[in-house]
Amino acid sequence: MKANCWMGVQKVEVRDVPDPQILNQRDCIVRVTSSAICGSDLHLYDGYVPFMEAGDILGHEFMGEVVEVGRAVKNLKVGDRVVVPFPIACGDCAACRAEAYSLCENSNPNAKIPEKLFGHPVCGIFGYSHLTGGFAGGQAEYVRVPFADVGPLKIENGFSDDQVLFLSDILPTGYMGAEMCDIQPGEVVAVWGAGPVGVFAAASAKLLGAERVIAIDRFDYRLQMASRAGATDVVNYERLDGTTVVEALNEMTGGRGPDKCIDAVGMEAHAPGLAYVYDRAKQALRLETGRPIALREAIMACRSGGTVSVIGVYGGFVDKFPMGSVMNRSLTIKTGQCHVQRYMRPLLDRIERGEIDPTMVITHRMPLDEAPRGFDVFLNKRDNCEKVVLRI
Amino acid sequence: MTSTMERESPDTLSRGLGVFSLALGAAQVASPRGLVNLVGMEDTKRNRDLMLALGLRELASGVGILSQRQPAGWLQARVGGDVMDLALLGSALATDGRNRDRKRLGIAIAAVAGVLALDVLAARRATDGRRAGERSGIHVARSVTVLRSPEEVYAFWRDFQNLPRFMRHLESVHVTGDGRSHWRAKAPAGMSVEWDAEMVAERPNELIVWRSLPGSTVPNSGQVRFVEAPGGRGTEVHLELRYAPPGGKLGAVVAKLFGEEPGQQAADDLRRFKQVMETGEVVRSDASIHRHMHPAQPPEEPVSPELAGRTS
Repeated sequence: MKANCWMGVQKVEVRDVPDPQILNQRDCIVRVTSSAICGSDLHLYDGYVPFMEAGDILGHEFMGEVVEVGRAVKNLKVGDRVVVPFPIACGDCAACRAEAYSLCENSNPNAKIPEKLFGHPVCGIFGYSHLTGGFAGGQAEYVRVPFADVGPLKIENGFSDDQVLFLSDILPTGYMGAEMCDIQPGEVVAVWGAGPVGVFAAASAKLLGAERVIAIDRFDYRLQMASRAGATDVVNYERLDGTTVVEALNEMTGGRGPDKCIDAVGMEAHAPGLAYVYDRAKQALRLETGRPIALREAIMACRSGGTVSVIGVYGGFVDKFPMGSVMNRSLTIKTGQCHVQRYMRPLLDRIERGEIDPTMVITHRMPLDEAPRGFDVFLNKRDNCEKVVLRI
Repeated sequence: MTSTMERESPDTLSRGLGVFSLALGAAQVASPRGLVNLVGMEDTKRNRDLMLALGLRELASGVGILSQRQPAGWLQARVGGDVMDLALLGSALATDGRNRDRKRLGIAIAAVAGVLALDVLAARRATDGRRAGERSGIHVARSVTVLRSPEEVYAFWRDFQNLPRFMRHLESVHVTGDGRSHWRAKAPAGMSVEWDAEMVAERPNELIVWRSLPGSTVPNSGQVRFVEAPGGRGTEVHLELRYAPPGGKLGAVVAKLFGEEPGQQAADDLRRFKQVMETGEVVRSDASIHRHMHPAQPPEEPVSPELAGRTS
């Protein structure tokens, strides 16, 4: 079969690789019909996630048709159409029982690696390095899905791929970012990053009752998309003329700061000025693994007693973390890889009711063969790129 | 998963001497003149430089003793240092400097002699401890929490024939009756190691203790305790293993057999035990079964076709 493989920093290639097989009795094999490139794939692409090896198949946002099931899978049959959540979760451990699926204690065969890096292990993830298990990803014609009796959501009712594909990751991730904010009536929510996750976080914040939603980015086309999704205000931080983002947000909130702040940027943030140069240099020298510029701003901007919700991906250590601000101003930090399985059904219902239209973020569609071009277009924001979907 | 890996760690006396070294060294480096005066040496540039050098030596010994699991070498260095100090103080007493203070020098010599006695004691203890550690081999303790009742977890473990399902180095365990069993473990280059073991103690749903019979090539013993986890979170499984690898070539093979890091191997075994108990089987990714270093690619050859339902 054909698959998009990571071959090195900023190098992906569509190659012929062996077909996947059932390896555990709770597996199924899915023939992929649509597979997206995620912002977090760009962290792999740029080489900021350790434990990648040449030849690893990428892709953790995908859907398709079941073509084979292991003998312990009773809920799926050949021919079923499914969306597959990116965290691999067993459904049986204490974490899964508590619906904290991305903390699954059993799905990562390489658990000893994150245990050393993070203190305790994390779940397996499709196509996301050996740190998360070394599972082949879904930017491929076929993919093996472990614990097929737990994760995949069956799609009936004739939804198009575009309508439901993002239930695999970015829609639930954005939604969880807003949900962790515990939004109260009248509150102002600021969202750093108007990539697809930030756009869905903004949309979800509005759905969950925010009075105002402020989107922050450096690309006007992305901010316009956030506005269409529900953001009431936007800040383009490259057009601030000498004011900082924190000052701008203070001005927009009568000096209080946003009640809730969402970091939908993660470890490769950009910013004008010295902070960016400092972090970029330290990152290049591997003295820190993340550039936490958005996170620092979110903390400094947040209203005293407010909540900072972190859904942007971080992989290791960050520098100059303003802990004094967090402690002295009673901030709450909530974060996590999305527990996708928990949100798929309720969000499918919201899509069905027309409360949210995930197709709005798609700007590019191309065949699997063009995946390398897709990565380049997405990374460099060419042609106003927001989201690339591969048709397979 | 929690873990402890016991080796000899510095005892109280050694730690005390380590701290003493650090404190003395810091004082010597911070104020060589003060220390020169304190011990009654003549306050010359040469003596002050000497005091500074001695201070650096003390700091190195202190850091060495406190940071090493086996501080015997550093403690022996302290003994050498004491002898050197005594020689220096003795020569200061013998020289005819105008500003030396015989009384203070005498006190300093007595103090160093006292410390020397302690150092000799600590160094001897640490060296003996190290030899004893070599004799008793490797001791590993690891634990994991499994969301199953102590009864279920105990029953599975109690049937030793189940152990190879999650202990990767084991090929087979046959229960031969009468609390005895025959174990066969994989070794590099197609070799294998076998031994007989007996159950030494057991308390239903709480404890199983076993050990190899006398004469085994790899004397080993194991103990697993099952404790109900608080808050209805299943069972804490506490595993302890001891190996005494034989010497020579066989020893090298056995060392590889039990992994470069026996603690990691035990941790991985427990993780697989949890997977079997909670999900029914050991979880595999393409990475965990594919040969060579292309793990996130699917395997090239069928792995176990019987797993598939073959519904297509």
